[in-house]
Amino acid sequence: MVFSNKPLQFIIATLVACLPLLGFANNAQDTIASHIETTATHHEAHAEPNDLKSKIAAYKMHHVLDAHDFVLFSDEAEGKHYGFPLPIILWDNGLQIFSSSKFNHGESVAESNGNYYKIGHDEKIYKTDAAGTLLGDEHHPTNVKPLDFSITKSVLIMFIVAALMLWIFSSLAKSFSKNGGISSGVGRLFEPLVLYIRDEIAIPNIGEKHYKKYMSYLLTIFFFVWFLNMFGLTPLGINVTGNIAITGGLAIITALITNFTANKNYWGHIFWMPGVPTPMKIILAPIELLGVIIKPFSLMIRLYANIFAGHVVLMSLIALIFLFKSWIGGSLSFLLSFALSTIEILVALLQAYIFTMLSALYFGSAVEEHHHDGDEHH
Amino acid sequence: MEIPRIIGAGLVVIGAGIGIGRIGGSAMDAIARQPEATGKIQTAMLIAAALIEGIGFAAIFAS
Repeated sequence: MVFSNKPLQFIIATLVACLPLLGFANNAQDTIASHIETTATHHEAHAEPNDLKSKIAAYKMHHVLDAHDFVLFSDEAEGKHYGFPLPIILWDNGLQIFSSSKFNHGESVAESNGNYYKIGHDEKIYKTDAAGTLLGDEHHPTNVKPLDFSITKSVLIMFIVAALMLWIFSSLAKSFSKNGGISSGVGRLFEPLVLYIRDEIAIPNIGEKHYKKYMSYLLTIFFFVWFLNMFGLTPLGINVTGNIAITGGLAIITALITNFTANKNYWGHIFWMPGVPTPMKIILAPIELLGVIIKPFSLMIRLYANIFAGHVVLMSLIALIFLFKSWIGGSLSFLLSFALSTIEILVALLQAYIFTMLSALYFGSAVEEHHHDGDEHH
Repeated sequence: MEIPRIIGAGLVVIGAGIGIGRIGGSAMDAIARQPEATGKIQTAMLIAAALIEGIGFAAIFAS
């Protein structure tokens, strides 16, 4: 309707709308043929490692998993990987420390004090014999796994983010006393965020009386998650908050703080809900107790799934360039991935906010005062 | 066994989508009625949407 008065805009809009059709039409036969092929060989996807689709799938898998070495990019023609090795720390009859360059990107067997190790396809370290044979099939090795305390890619990035935060926020704190109550430098960017977390997240959810002792944790979790999310959007190929172990760790810390700082009202509401009939109290107790576990579990799943799904979708869109092999498909994929990257920047902030917000909500429920008496229940 | 699980996950995601859509729509209505309460409404909207989103993700990963 609006377009019909503006012929030029209408034509441009129609052309843009037709772009996807052209992109598909170019390679329609090829795509359908290869699609049938992949569905046929779906259960043996690794039978042809040189097939483009399985190569893309392997690349995606490699990106979302943690790694024992930091590969920035690889030259496939020469089989070279450009990056740097990271230290491997294993506990296996004593401490075994060596560089991950010994693994030669998972291709060779590393030797340390007479023990032999190999990295499986799942990026885990297995103990092997000198020949490097893995028991079980390729994807589910049954070999013994030594305790792995390695500085992996995710751990390295977490160290970097921790150091960065320490530097940024200690300099922010120092600049107050130096400038007479006014922040300077990069602190000007972060001061409003700190104030926002205090005034809009901590005080309304936890309350004026108790919010101070939780502020340090809320600020740490917000900036830690946000920085890690933002690092994940750089082309370095990092996926830290899209790793369920790390989000699980953060969620467990929230759960521990909630349960250890809880007052008697909190436990009273769990085990003996006030204001309801006695049979109902017995029914509610196990449900509320389950809620104690479900709360951190949902925190873990939400952050992990959002970031993981964002990375996978973004990489699938980029992979379209290699699948279409036409300039139309390529430019379409570029536009789509650009738009999605922009949304991902928003998601990075939003997920950090939600994590902080829900943590504050749980802390608030743990320290809530007894504010109802008799049978009047809020 | 594979297909019913996928369909179930799809149904959960449809439900979650409808739920989040309704939350967003209701928040829009509420903001239109009381623009001065925008901040509070947005916060409540985000929390509710995040809780539903968690269920959607759980369904996807369980499938």
